[in-house]
Amino acid sequence: MTWRSPLALVRDALQGQRARERELRSLVSNLPYEGQEKGKQPNRFFLSNAIKTTKYSLLLFLPMNLYEQFHRLANLYFVGLAILNFIPVVNAFQPEVALIPICVIMFLTALKDGWEDFRRYQSDRKVNNTPCFVYSRREKQYVERRWKDVRVGDFVRVVSNEIVPADLLLLYSSDPNGVCHLETANLDGETNLKQRIVVSGLGAANLGFEPESFNSAVVCERPNSNLNHFKCFVEKPDKDKVGASIESLLLRGCTVRNTNHAVGFVVYAGHETKAMLNNNGSRYKRSKLERKLNVDVFFCLILLFAMCLIGAFGHYLWLESLPGVPSFLVPDSNGHLDVPSLESFYMFFTMIILLQILIPISLYVSIELVKVGQIFFITNDIDLYDEETDSRVQCRALNITEDLGQIEYVFSDKTGTLTENKMVFRRCSVMGTEYPHKENAIRLDVIDEPESEEEVIFNQHQQLPRSRWSLEAEGISPPDTQRHGRRRKSKVAANAHSDAAFSSPLETEVIPDQKLLQQISRAESSGGRRDGNRSFDPHLDFFLALAICNTVVVSAENAHRQRECTSPQSSQMRNPLETFSSLVKKAGAFFQRDKRNRTLSEDPVIDSAKTEDEADANRLRTCSLHAPSQNGSAIVEAEELCYEAESPDEAALVYAARAYGFILLARTPDSVTVRLPSGEDLVFEVLDTLTFDSNRKRMSVLVRHPVTKDYVLYTKGADYSIMELLGTPYAENFSGIEKNVAADTQYHLDCYAKEGLRTLCITKKVVSESTYQSWLGERKRAQAAMECREELIMQTAVQLETNLTLLGATGIEDRLQEKVPDTIVALREAGIHVWVLTGDKPETAVNIGYACRLLEEEDLVINMSCKNKVTCTAILDCTLEEVRRYRDDPRNAGTTQNISLVIDGNTLDMAKSPDLQERFVELTKHCRSVLCCRVTPLQKSAVVKLVREKLKVMTLAVGDGANDVNMIQAADVGIGISGQEGMQAVMASDFAISRFKHLKKLVLVHGHWCYTRLANMIIYFFYKNVAYVNLLFWYQFFCGFTATTMIDYWLMIFFNLFFTSTPPIMFGIFDKDVSVEVLQGVPELYRTGQGKGEYNFLTFWIAILDAFYQSLVCFFIPYLAYQDSDVDLFTFGTPLNTAALFTILLHLGIEIKSWTLVHWIIMLGSVALYFIVTLAYTATCVTCNPPSNPYWILQNQMADPMFYLIVTLCTVVALLPRYTFHVLKNSVAPSPLLQGRQLDRMDPSTRDQWIKEWRGFRGGAPAKRYELSDPPSPTLETPVDFFPEFLPDSNFMGDDLSLNVITESRQRAVHT
Amino acid sequence: MVKEEQEESSNRPDNTAFTQQRLPAWQPILSASIVIPMFVLIGAAFIGVGVALFITSRDIQLQELDYTGDDSEHPCFKCRTNTEKCTCSMTFSIPTLFKGPVFFYYGLTNYFQNQRKYGASKDDNQLYGDLNYFTSPSTDCDPYTRDSKNMPIVPCGALANSMFNDTFTLSHTVNGVQKIVPLDGKGIAWWTDYNIKYRNPSITPLINAFNGTKKPTNWPKPIYELDTTDVYNNGFINQDFLVWMRRAALPDFRKLYRRITHDDYAAGLPAGNYTLTIAYNYPVHSFNGKKKVVLSNVSWMGGKNDFLGIAYIVVGSMCVVMSIVMLIVYARFKFGEDD
Repeated sequence: MTWRSPLALVRDALQGQRARERELRSLVSNLPYEGQEKGKQPNRFFLSNAIKTTKYSLLLFLPMNLYEQFHRLANLYFVGLAILNFIPVVNAFQPEVALIPICVIMFLTALKDGWEDFRRYQSDRKVNNTPCFVYSRREKQYVERRWKDVRVGDFVRVVSNEIVPADLLLLYSSDPNGVCHLETANLDGETNLKQRIVVSGLGAANLGFEPESFNSAVVCERPNSNLNHFKCFVEKPDKDKVGASIESLLLRGCTVRNTNHAVGFVVYAGHETKAMLNNNGSRYKRSKLERKLNVDVFFCLILLFAMCLIGAFGHYLWLESLPGVPSFLVPDSNGHLDVPSLESFYMFFTMIILLQILIPISLYVSIELVKVGQIFFITNDIDLYDEETDSRVQCRALNITEDLGQIEYVFSDKTGTLTENKMVFRRCSVMGTEYPHKENAIRLDVIDEPESEEEVIFNQHQQLPRSRWSLEAEGISPPDTQRHGRRRKSKVAANAHSDAAFSSPLETEVIPDQKLLQQISRAESSGGRRDGNRSFDPHLDFFLALAICNTVVVSAENAHRQRECTSPQSSQMRNPLETFSSLVKKAGAFFQRDKRNRTLSEDPVIDSAKTEDEADANRLRTCSLHAPSQNGSAIVEAEELCYEAESPDEAALVYAARAYGFILLARTPDSVTVRLPSGEDLVFEVLDTLTFDSNRKRMSVLVRHPVTKDYVLYTKGADYSIMELLGTPYAENFSGIEKNVAADTQYHLDCYAKEGLRTLCITKKVVSESTYQSWLGERKRAQAAMECREELIMQTAVQLETNLTLLGATGIEDRLQEKVPDTIVALREAGIHVWVLTGDKPETAVNIGYACRLLEEEDLVINMSCKNKVTCTAILDCTLEEVRRYRDDPRNAGTTQNISLVIDGNTLDMAKSPDLQERFVELTKHCRSVLCCRVTPLQKSAVVKLVREKLKVMTLAVGDGANDVNMIQAADVGIGISGQEGMQAVMASDFAISRFKHLKKLVLVHGHWCYTRLANMIIYFFYKNVAYVNLLFWYQFFCGFTATTMIDYWLMIFFNLFFTSTPPIMFGIFDKDVSVEVLQGVPELYRTGQGKGEYNFLTFWIAILDAFYQSLVCFFIPYLAYQDSDVDLFTFGTPLNTAALFTILLHLGIEIKSWTLVHWIIMLGSVALYFIVTLAYTATCVTCNPPSNPYWILQNQMADPMFYLIVTLCTVVALLPRYTFHVLKNSVAPSPLLQGRQLDRMDPSTRDQWIKEWRGFRGGAPAKRYELSDPPSPTLETPVDFFPEFLPDSNFMGDDLSLNVITESRQRAVHT
Repeated sequence: MVKEEQEESSNRPDNTAFTQQRLPAWQPILSASIVIPMFVLIGAAFIGVGVALFITSRDIQLQELDYTGDDSEHPCFKCRTNTEKCTCSMTFSIPTLFKGPVFFYYGLTNYFQNQRKYGASKDDNQLYGDLNYFTSPSTDCDPYTRDSKNMPIVPCGALANSMFNDTFTLSHTVNGVQKIVPLDGKGIAWWTDYNIKYRNPSITPLINAFNGTKKPTNWPKPIYELDTTDVYNNGFINQDFLVWMRRAALPDFRKLYRRITHDDYAAGLPAGNYTLTIAYNYPVHSFNGKKKVVLSNVSWMGGKNDFLGIAYIVVGSMCVVMSIVMLIVYARFKFGEDD
């Protein structure tokens, strides 16, 4: 190695820094510089591919960890106290002893941190040492290297099923179309294949890529964490620039599928890759309970100060009262006695040291431990496990488990959250004619009912193609048979298999409508062929549009990716949270005695490395057998096609088109092959795809018709975004009759919406050659732009999408997930206000609302939709008036009032404007459920924030898509549903579940448990410390306030650290007040945790008072019993300590609701530990602990009957009031929870019946409920006579004042 | 292959009673019906124990003699301010036989042996007979570590320095003749203190071990002369010293001085007149204290203390009362529960 001056090193470092921070980076190939020293490498400034996620290094672990720990205020407090103890004038114990608790706690924390870090280190090493292929100039081939050796500027070859080692710019793919398929599940959980395209225009030859001949510079932007955007251009030596985007970027951590091999240029490596930049640690959220807890800690601090002041003042008085200098007053080492005031000043600090545990030192650690246990049980709940996706509930935020038990408002997304997000084609309207697809509806109903039938259908469907595809099946037989076997195991597993997203049989099979089929065949025979130029029948066009206008990827079912069945987590996405969860898993495994806790994260890497060769070989064989020709797909049987779509709607539409014979056969970046019903294959040249975005709410595909050579733009999108873009409807050809296609279609759309279907409009536009050419120029400019590329591209899209011609509309059903109504009803019964926020139109939303029982037929539904603010104000005022009047009406007293509100996005915006929000919030407070339709993601989060801040309530938001991320983050508890829409929601969430129904158990059961457990545990902890410390405090009155302890220091420390620390932790983890069945059967029990909950001002102070009382008893009974005797200090302290132990433990015993074996072991173990440790300690320590000397004390005491008498009396008297109070309260005024527990004691069948009866009694509640929605109620009349006089302004005449109270029984949605 | 398959579904939680929180559990519900028998039982037991304790305590005889001499009438008044050696005597009579064995205590009030710094002011290692600590006592003993000439003090510290040094003789007036009641000073300290915690250095004669050390400033004689008659009661293992060194828990305390177990008095002190002669040395006016002598016999529960017995009876009765209240509650609300 050459020596370099330090100056040069500094200069290099600065240069590197600057190079890394530059907006644009220019990268060149490393190959010409291969073998040269580091200083000459062009890309030396960029990070290497080695990753390091560990927080500490071996050498610096101690200082760094200490630094981390001292960031916690509590630790600082205790260290401060320990230091105080080293000051001779104020110390209370031997200084070393005072260090023990803080040292033990910090040691434990450090141990935990170190262990976690070590695991991170291990997995880092594993990832860094994964092999990959990098081109070497010296050897003229790709050689095996480790991931960590990959550098920016290298050429990396990836093969099928291999994980991409760094962010690669795709330069070559073995696919003839220059496509590389990528599965990004590791990154965002999306299971559909994504296409990545080779950077175009870099050397014509795709036959072989020569890395050595690559002499362009790659200019790319600074690394950022956005997974969907990448800006880059390749500058060829002749200064020609070729733009490249995310479409050409292979992201680290993704898996290459269906592509034999590909070569990429390393753009970002290591920590600069998008995957790593996205890999943030877990978030720290403070729970409501913890916030309250801190207030109470503050109270304790005040209490501590008060007690110390009393101590100091008492000491002063005591000193003053002494007439002389008695022999027990010890002067300092110089024989000098301080004045009483100074002495008492010192005494104040000594008292702080003495009484320090009033601030519960171990509380914070205990809470953390309890939460670990709680999370362990939540994640291990088999009811929250979804077999279909093989996923458990994930707790991503570790410290807000108890917030789940206090939820008052639930905000839910609709699509994908309440519904399956599995789209099923239901009906369509073409050229203003409705085709109801009755047969299809019947089929769906059948599937709905018996589970087994679905399985039958499914199996038939599966086995058919398999037998035919013998060639492929042979090639990849081992994994396939394995999968095959698994598939048979259960229906659910079978569903899980369908790796291709959105391709369950439910979605793929559509039974065509006979009328439409006839219509098509007629069009086929007459129109299509006869005049070959331009007159495609609109029916045919409609289905062509369905087949073409999408981004669906076609793959043959069997050739379909071989996938290692591993968990979706990859080594890339490992974060502290997962390390932690595996920790929890380990803890669990300890009990379960199984060894399945292999870190999942490590598997994919290994597996892919192992199977790589084999897979490669298979691939090659496959390729040679089926010479891949672009249009040779004719040999592919249509049934074997498998569509993979990014959105479920698209897949549904493509399958629908297929049912009518318009089969999408292949899609490459620049062509689409569609087979017509006639059997003819048409290859459309795809000129451009205007992708979907949420502003335009539509997408278009611009193709060139192979027969007519027309430039045709097919657009599909939401009705309101399409309708305004319609041009003259088919003016030339179909004038007259077809004029009101738009109106008819709109009518059908409204009908669809009322049925709860999702609607899409399909349009077509023929673009002239000249228009296209001019547009193309602009489009290209936009695509090469480095700045505001997105906006420019969007603008070009908008330019083209004008004057569309309406072809028709489709209605797609998004089926409700199972048990959604049940869950929503349970949440409502639990006193939770449920809000559903959806982008759907009001009709669809209301319908779904009824279907999922968000709105009940007997509910009072307020419909708010207004166009301007004045109306809005008026409506709000009058509705509020209405609701208040209704509430105050004596006739309605005692009825459970269920008011629901339906509001649309516009009105919502107005209602939450500053001047109206008070009233709006007031109104919503009265509403059990609120349905907001047509809301944007931003509005969703704004609503959540509004409610959360104005009402000061606990909110929970649940959603599955990227559009719910804001909302999830705004709520107190964010829940992500790991559904079909990727993982963004999950990434932002605190808890991730896989089905909406899991919310019921998660909130009602685990939430309740976690909250009750933790709340009681914390109260108990405060009590425990106060009770124990007060023993010492009372003694101060009898020792001249000189901070003497009558208990040996070590035993005192052990008391808190060992003898009484595990029971509360166990209590916080295991105690179960009410069983799952009752909690789920009687959701009302959940209300105990809402609002103030069980841990509130009152319970806290009662606990403190009880602690005072108990400590008084435990102190003064021994005091009175030993008064005027020759008892010595520790002999006096021992029964006190023992009585305190029994009192404190039995106090917990009263609080424990169910005693399992664990409880018994820990409780009895604690008592045993106390006696064993104390006996051992007092038997061995003769002179070991200088000033205090507890030798043989407990032994002596245990030989004395008085000891037992005193301890028994203390314990009984101390606990009698609490015990009696519990008993009386339970008998006289049993709380709902107690009634729940009584239910628990019944045998299961009686209990179920009881719950059922009770349920029926309540649910029906016929007499009282009826009143609520009955006409006599004043609600109906008011709007009628209220408005005219109130709003004389004529401005409003045009507005639709729709404050209507829906009382008539609404037509239920077709689906239940 | 099979193995792999199992691993694939490893994400499925284990369905065990533990992980699913379904462990069999005992779920007691505290309600009136269940606790009535419990209350009755506890009440009865407590009353029983209380009565036994009370009777035992009542049978214990106690004779207290305050000899502080605050009152000018008091025979010891003269000694109160006297710094010289002073002796005074008090007479008292015992009406009935004071059953033996009688324990002879001295008592102090308002004396804070439990003062923190005072309690810490000793050197356990020194008292354990470790000669290293003779020459350099622990700093815990400051400022009673060295005297003004910087000689180490043994035993060091405030605790030892302030040792109680009044002595007593008790005489029985039999037919007008004073008969000394023999006081037994053996076995008044804890066995462990005498045998384990405190040890004399193994040097004979004992005095040699204390070469180069000084006696505590307040002491009239050095530690190795505490009891020159008995080597096993001298030095650190002198029983009076041991009793003093065991710190009292409360400011008003008594400490065992002697037992009366010998001769005619083994069965107790017969009725009659007695004279207590006190060598009055220990100053108490600096802390407003009182000095007293207590004669008491002991039972299995120790000295006389009515509190515990009464407390047991009271708590026991409360339990019984509670059970009656519970019964009423039960009768009134039990039927409500069933609805």
